[in-house]
Amino acid sequence: MFSYVVSVVVTIEIYALLALSLNVITGYAGQSMMGHAAFFGIGAYTGALLTNAGVNFWLAMPLSLLVTGVCGALVGVVSLRVRDDFLAITTIGINFVVVALFNSMKVFGASLGLSTKGAFFFGTRMNNTHYMILLTFLIVVVCLLMRKMNHSWFGLALATMNNDEGAAKSFGINVSQYKILAFIIGTALAGLTGCIYAHRMGIIFSSNFAFTFSITILSMVVIGGIGTIRGPLLGALLLGAAPEVLRFADDYRMLVYGALLVIMVRFQPQGLLGENSVILRFLKRLTKGQKGGAVHE
Amino acid sequence: MLLQQLLNGLVIGCVYALTAMGATLIYGILRILDIANAAAYVIGAYIGWYIFDLTHNIVLAFVVSMLLTGLLGVVIHRTIYAPILSKPRLMPIIPLVAAVGLFTLTSDIVRLIAGGGTKAYNLKFDTDVYHLGGLTITPQWILILVLTCMLFLVLWFILNKTKMGLAWRATAEDAEIAQAMGINTKSAMALSYIIGYGFAAAAGIMVGVLYNSITPALGDVPSYKMLAVIVLGGLGNPVGTVLAGILVGLAETLISVYLPIGLPKDSIAFIALIIILLVKPDGLITRKNKA
Repeated sequence: MFSYVVSVVVTIEIYALLALSLNVITGYAGQSMMGHAAFFGIGAYTGALLTNAGVNFWLAMPLSLLVTGVCGALVGVVSLRVRDDFLAITTIGINFVVVALFNSMKVFGASLGLSTKGAFFFGTRMNNTHYMILLTFLIVVVCLLMRKMNHSWFGLALATMNNDEGAAKSFGINVSQYKILAFIIGTALAGLTGCIYAHRMGIIFSSNFAFTFSITILSMVVIGGIGTIRGPLLGALLLGAAPEVLRFADDYRMLVYGALLVIMVRFQPQGLLGENSVILRFLKRLTKGQKGGAVHE
Repeated sequence: MLLQQLLNGLVIGCVYALTAMGATLIYGILRILDIANAAAYVIGAYIGWYIFDLTHNIVLAFVVSMLLTGLLGVVIHRTIYAPILSKPRLMPIIPLVAAVGLFTLTSDIVRLIAGGGTKAYNLKFDTDVYHLGGLTITPQWILILVLTCMLFLVLWFILNKTKMGLAWRATAEDAEIAQAMGINTKSAMALSYIIGYGFAAAAGIMVGVLYNSITPALGDVPSYKMLAVIVLGGLGNPVGTVLAGILVGLAETLISVYLPIGLPKDSIAFIALIIILLVKPDGLITRKNKA
């Protein structure tokens, strides 16, 4: 029972890191990214190939982060030219092409998948509990960094850019540079998560990184509350735990996903815990006098 | 042999163009990428199948399926898209998320109602294949080509020769000004959905007839390929969409036959899309020449 709970927690934590990383691009910088799973995949395959070539897992992690970040920078450059809906389509396209490459090239194991030997920590093979500790540590660090980022010059610049790009430019904010930076941070974090995921799973298939998974990550961010830190965390918790809690209704999972997305966007586009959402307003009314929830932007 | 491949590509391209037309008409007016249009394709194929199964009348199947799916489109617009678009938009991505959610939801509803397995149309023709010189032509192809031409002619007539079409074009040009001029923009939007979803339904039945099998996952590939087609066609440009659809169909067929690049056929459209968007970020055909 304990190991079952741990394995669910690890899944949720991986989701949380992915949602947080997408949130940097979509939430803070306001860029339409719909192919996040591709970068998760790039990180996973990079990590797996590296450790298979004899590189230590702990070295493979920063390396996959780096490789994915470079790929993300390229998409960042693309985003300067292609915007909004067009950018969304381009990233969808990138997702499809990347998955097609994983699925057809021998290096990536093609349709047989790519297996890893797992990760070792001072000679002991890491199990789910170890991964849980590692991921918890990472999530805490990432959340702290993002909090810091929001109040930094960089975070303010992103918020301004997100509100009104023209205005941001006229204030002398280098919009291009910040956009690319947001893409690098977001995708690199997804790559790091991918590397951990690959070693935890033991074997990865191209289908793990398909477009539908990009949508799942995006759903977490949107359902939780785009542009906040608590939002993606809640979204990851909900969507990560849903398949376990709704096990009896496994057949209806996609139905529930789709319905949730439509209902959320229709009635609460800011998400469950986003700015001025129903839940937050309710909590504020309960705790009149003392202000509830950190204020972002 | 080349001619044969060109014909293959043309037939596939017609289906793509027909599927993408709905999304183009909707983008032209509402400026949203309606991935859920691919759900109309699945729903249309299934409604068509049920009616054909009951009556064995393919014409009836086409007409009823297009009408019902078109009406569904109007309902979806009124209940979901219109309220979302009337609110101040938080992120440009929000309507797209709604569309993706809607697509997931509707294809899953189809799966739950009709079952996950495949269904066959079993539409019988007098002859299986026609031989014309060195060409092999199936009656299914002729059906698709003729029907597509007919539908596009009707669309051209509606958009260019009727008052309704004029209202549509004015709304696409500038919705606010059009409204100020006393044009009922709401009915123009409804027209987009009826025609758009109706065409998608027709495309769904055509694919069902062409491959003689439909599954609830029928819309998965077209949904995203459709995006490639409408972008290549210059978003919101009906003529461009027809050209782009045929172009993608031809390119896919020819490349997979003559220039094997080791990638699945379905990714060719996306590679073309990415390259073209980088060179021309507003699509292949820009919005100067409208319908």
